[in-house]
Amino acid sequence: MGAILQVDQVYKYFGGVKANENISMTVTQGSITGLIGPNGSGKTTLFNSIVGTHPIDKGSIKFEDKEVSALPVPAVAKLGLLRTFQQTRIYGKLNCIDNMRISAKPSRDNLFSVFSAIPNELNDKAEHLLSFVGLYQKRKLRAGDLSFGQQKLLELAMALMNEPKMLLLDEPTAGINPTLINGIINRLIKVNEEFGITLLVIEHNMRVIMSLAQHIFCLAHGQLIANGKPEQIKKDQRVIDAYLGVQ
Amino acid sequence: MNQKAILYLALLAFGIAVPFMFPAYKLQISIMWILVVLSLTWDVQGGQMGYNTFGNIMFFGLGMYICSSFQIGIFFPLAEWTASGGEKTFIHTPTQFFQGFFIGIIFAGIIPALVAAIIGYGILGLRGHYFAICTLGLAIAAGELAGGIELVGAGQGMTSPPWPKNIGDTELRSEFFYYICFVLMISTFLFLRWAYTTRFGLVLNAIRDNEDKAEAMGINTMRYKISGWVVSAFFVGIAGGLMGNMIGYIEPVETAFAGRTFGVFMVVMAILGGKGTLWGPVIGAIAFHIFKEGFWTFFLGWQYVALGALIVIVVIFFPEGIMGWLREKYPDRFGEVIDEEDRKAQVELK
Repeated sequence: MGAILQVDQVYKYFGGVKANENISMTVTQGSITGLIGPNGSGKTTLFNSIVGTHPIDKGSIKFEDKEVSALPVPAVAKLGLLRTFQQTRIYGKLNCIDNMRISAKPSRDNLFSVFSAIPNELNDKAEHLLSFVGLYQKRKLRAGDLSFGQQKLLELAMALMNEPKMLLLDEPTAGINPTLINGIINRLIKVNEEFGITLLVIEHNMRVIMSLAQHIFCLAHGQLIANGKPEQIKKDQRVIDAYLGVQ
Repeated sequence: MNQKAILYLALLAFGIAVPFMFPAYKLQISIMWILVVLSLTWDVQGGQMGYNTFGNIMFFGLGMYICSSFQIGIFFPLAEWTASGGEKTFIHTPTQFFQGFFIGIIFAGIIPALVAAIIGYGILGLRGHYFAICTLGLAIAAGELAGGIELVGAGQGMTSPPWPKNIGDTELRSEFFYYICFVLMISTFLFLRWAYTTRFGLVLNAIRDNEDKAEAMGINTMRYKISGWVVSAFFVGIAGGLMGNMIGYIEPVETAFAGRTFGVFMVVMAILGGKGTLWGPVIGAIAFHIFKEGFWTFFLGWQYVALGALIVIVVIFFPEGIMGWLREKYPDRFGEVIDEEDRKAQVELK
């Protein structure tokens, strides 16, 4: 399988803060790849660079061999590269079904489709995906009234509604109760296997990322310090030092 | 026939019957329909999209000037008309009057819509308070600008063409404008009612709730924001054109770019009725107009005190407006229910 995402020598500075320095990584098509690192190591900055929230200072980011580092956020999303947020972002005053309906990719997208009707078939798909994440019963409630964990699940369902090729997940299990975490892991694996969506996951919960990812990249102080299979990462002295501090 | 259809028909019948039922209040109720239009269109930005604007009054004044300028300008020299109080020298024949009115109203919609598209492209990238302040500045500037243009009478203002004398009395005039206002109100309401069911409505709500998320999901939010403002400007512009004709006299700061009156009213009405709902602005506008007229009639001199008190009461006790308050109280009536019956194809939670 070829690479779906290629990050090549990316630099991103915020003034004097070196948020990302010479980051190169490759995500294989159809894989689940992990991105770990202590707080403030530049993981979310890298996500923001990839989806175009801010321009990068140097380097190149290719999605399906197309340079995306200069594209604005909606353009990157339209190519099929979608992200979820660490703090959930949902449309709080809309109900879950509407959250889903607006997340679907429109069949036509131009000036004349601004007033196009939303096809009824979407309701079915929305309901199916909501039941996939276990929110079917709450579909008519306002999304803002859901609990934080449920909002995370809703955000995942919204991303799936868009039928992306690749999904960047920023801490999908943060703030979710431990019993539900297994459910999320299973769903993410299902998303990867059945929907064929490549996943790049930021995660602090080592148990989750070790059981989920096939390949893991580790950042510290804005630099890539290690990458490899989960077993290798677990034993890597540099990773252990970064998390626990060098004695 | 369901309840909703009966309600709509009853309101329609009421609207049509007003000139016969309350002949003395024709003008007042015409203005009420104008207020409903202003409130509905303000809500497109302020309620549905979450962009508080004080600039929609700009399109109102623009429409007013454009409509009258076209009505006059296509038959007579506009500069002479405004310089001399031209309605004494130049007299529209009935045909000229209605032709001019028709053309004027069309341009009173189209030109503000174009202006909204151009200005919107420039400033709809601003968010929150920055957008509000920017629009406030634009509205004030528009009034000052209009007060500097000699062609439309500068600070003195201009008269709009008077009703042609040889076709009936002032009763016919006010009936004519009443029905035009009513049709405008119905068209605006029906258009927005439809538009909110399309992608447009959902995207506007998405922008209100989380614009960053909407962009991250691949929505070109700018396109929808501009479209929304164009729609508002179109209907507000026509409302302005009508208002100019009904009053008969256009003054740049007091009637046209009337930020202190209509510009504030449209915000208060939408908030009073309930931002971000279809019926809220309609209910708010009607309630507000009745309240306002009551005070203007019985407590003259205290009307602005009362208006201020109303704003304070609404903001403190009903921040979500009448409709929002109802929704908080009876969420199930608005379809917010937990569905206990599970979907058959429920995926097993492992």
